[in-house]
Amino acid sequence: MTEDYTTHEYDVVIIGAGGAGLRAAIEATRQGASVAVICKSMLGKAHTVMAEGGAAAALANKDPRDSWETHFRDTMKGGKYLNDWRMAEIHAKESPDRIRELEQWGAIFDRTPEGLTNQRNFGGHTYPRLAHIGDATGLEMIRTLQERGIHTGMEVYMEYTVRHLFKSDGRVSGCFAYNRVDGSLHVFKAKTTVLATGGITRCWAVCSGSWEYTGEGHALAYWAGAEMGDMEFVQFHPTGMIWPPSVRGILVTEGVRGEGGMLTNSEGERFMFNYVPEMYRDEFADTEAEAMDWVNSIVADETPTARRPPELLTRDVVAKAINSEREAGRASEHGGAYLNISWRPEDQVKKKLPGMYHQFMELAAVDITKEPMEVGPTAHYVMGGVKVDPITQESTIPGLYAAGEAATGLHGANRLGGNSLSDLITFGKRAGQHAAEAAAGMDGYANIDEDEILQVISETLAPLHREGGENPAKVVEDLRDMMQEKVGIIRQGSQLKEALDDLESFRTREATTSPGGTRIYNPGWHQALEIGAMIDISKMCTLAALAREESRGGHTRLDFPTPDYSHWGKINSVITMASSGDMELNHVKYPPIPGHLKELLDADDLHEEEE
Amino acid sequence: MPEDVTFRVFRGEPDEEGVPSGEMVDYTVEMDEGMVVLDVIHRIQAEHAPDLSCRWNCKAGKCGSCSAEVNGKSRLMCMTRMEEIMEETPENTPVVVKPMQAFPLTKDLVTDLQWAYDLNKTIPPLQGPDEMDWKFDQIEADRIQEFRSCIECMLCVNTCHVMREHQLFEEFAGPRFFVRLANLEMHPMDEANRLEMIKDDFGLGYCNITRCCTEVCPAGINITDNAIIPLKERVVTEYYDPIAMIAKKVGLRK
Repeated sequence: MTEDYTTHEYDVVIIGAGGAGLRAAIEATRQGASVAVICKSMLGKAHTVMAEGGAAAALANKDPRDSWETHFRDTMKGGKYLNDWRMAEIHAKESPDRIRELEQWGAIFDRTPEGLTNQRNFGGHTYPRLAHIGDATGLEMIRTLQERGIHTGMEVYMEYTVRHLFKSDGRVSGCFAYNRVDGSLHVFKAKTTVLATGGITRCWAVCSGSWEYTGEGHALAYWAGAEMGDMEFVQFHPTGMIWPPSVRGILVTEGVRGEGGMLTNSEGERFMFNYVPEMYRDEFADTEAEAMDWVNSIVADETPTARRPPELLTRDVVAKAINSEREAGRASEHGGAYLNISWRPEDQVKKKLPGMYHQFMELAAVDITKEPMEVGPTAHYVMGGVKVDPITQESTIPGLYAAGEAATGLHGANRLGGNSLSDLITFGKRAGQHAAEAAAGMDGYANIDEDEILQVISETLAPLHREGGENPAKVVEDLRDMMQEKVGIIRQGSQLKEALDDLESFRTREATTSPGGTRIYNPGWHQALEIGAMIDISKMCTLAALAREESRGGHTRLDFPTPDYSHWGKINSVITMASSGDMELNHVKYPPIPGHLKELLDADDLHEEEE
Repeated sequence: MPEDVTFRVFRGEPDEEGVPSGEMVDYTVEMDEGMVVLDVIHRIQAEHAPDLSCRWNCKAGKCGSCSAEVNGKSRLMCMTRMEEIMEETPENTPVVVKPMQAFPLTKDLVTDLQWAYDLNKTIPPLQGPDEMDWKFDQIEADRIQEFRSCIECMLCVNTCHVMREHQLFEEFAGPRFFVRLANLEMHPMDEANRLEMIKDDFGLGYCNITRCCTEVCPAGINITDNAIIPLKERVVTEYYDPIAMIAKKVGLRK
């Protein structure tokens, strides 16, 4: 039986309508391109909406000492020097204008006393750097881009899932998607395609991601033959909710600590003082008194002279510290740590952190203005993704671009809080611009192989024709539990090897799920189609994690607990699909950092003597 | 001891005339501590009905996707705790879950919200100066930041009788978009004037301030007092206030 499908043609097709996708669409339409935005959810609901704390940019509105040079340095240091320094440089230089531009499009960030965009302190940032609106910065960003975007002429295909990228003569020439609402089938021909599909953290049982974070974007690029970098680096945010069970993983913004929130264990000890890594020793307070001095300056809106509290160390450090306290038997009541902001006056907590107040009050019946929160690590972000050209954001497959969480490079082994929202707008713009420029240089659309289309259609409809198999929800639940246990925050070789075997057994289960129902808005069918991507993404992460025999940033090995500066500290993993169809892992180096940028970094951190 | 709960959920699709056609189906599942309504729906999907349609994204009250009518009230399923639902539901009676009634049905708990996206496009966007680094004070920001916290869940529109009873989707912008219009009109840097549209195209006059929208807003926006009434005052001053009209004629008002 042949199934009908509709064919569409656009200069630029953008997959994903979060911050990066919408920013790319705005730029591509500005260049005169015809643009389609294809998104799994409705417009304005993408995962970006969940971002809380802010967007990092060296505006220097709050502390005049800030500059792009310091932002560059902080980003590289936080990434443990596995970042693509070229992206870190572009990001530090361009993010301030990207933020200012948002304001012209309607964003209302909190103000300084002078009436400029206010900036908040966050982990790993030397100066207050995050433009924010309370703790709902992601909502502000997505709404602003949405409201700008709808007047640009972009066409939005809401509630469509892309299943496959087509290639013609080695170039990405379009994609196949199905409409989640009515089950109709669509082929999009495109001169260029931008992946702005976000992340993969739904592969873990405890995560802060929305349902969309099943990693299809990463998988689409991999299946099309693109190089995937740094997939072992997954950020476990130190503060997710842990109680009650149904809210486990929901994000508690780092802004709580930026506003003076203190972490304590079951013995009431502020344990973070015991976990300051050598590379940050000079920058953080030694005593509670000094930390309090810093907080008092922040509360009084003064430039602090004291050093920062250790709660504001980078996320990898804080997450592992909470984990270690638990291992040592000093966990909070439900197995995490206490985070306390209730020492600040009630009205200030409600003004600075309205979402957190609301979230804890309604979901956990905890009043954060009066009592501490309980928090623990939650899978939050993948540093790894599609390898891209730092200037154009083009992947290693011509015609395919990537931006935001779907791409890799900017964040190295660990992302600083606030750098993802600024990543979206900085590199979303670049991707949109270069994708449109490349499209303008092409005439006509490439031919797409009809057999390939029919093959994808058949695979897409297959779950609906199966009977008597498992409920896809059960397979997904087991996969997430397995990844949590074996490829979680602390990893070891034996478990990673087991995980690789387990993943193969999930393939067998995936192939036989039977959701039942029709093509009309059928979540079981949708979920059955997501599992294949989740398995491949999980395998990329596991494979790269097994190879990296050291601990660094978002990758910690119990069997190799320290960083290795001479070898692993200088190379990045790359995964591609071999011609056999097998997953292939290699390691490569970025070009050397030029002298004028190297001068900005802390010489001791670079361990050049260990070349 | 884990407790069982029975949900009576609408299952169905529109018929050929677009009229919702379906039935209420009972599902019983086990409930864990701290669950919200959306957790129970997910458990029903996982254990009984994988094809039960329901929209959701963040499960943290930030995206506004999982709007529905639970026990007859418009709410976000992700922010409604089962504890609260069990208190209000009489014993041995199922919890009733239906899609939003003011919008066309897609299937089960999912409705068609295209109207909102089409309407939003007709609102003239912010027009401010070209120079970057806009200066305005927090006190000016405060007033509109309340409006910026809207998550577009459409529960206000679903509850508003102008929409729900009278279906004036063509003539009336509804509470959500008056919040958006108030945001633009009160923006300290905005230079556009949308009052004529607010009066004529968006039908502000249909609102008779019953405050139903404000009551259901999960973001806690005071829609009636802070958005709608100030817009009504502006329209009155511009078009119906004789003193203001004279003042305008003699150049005392712009």
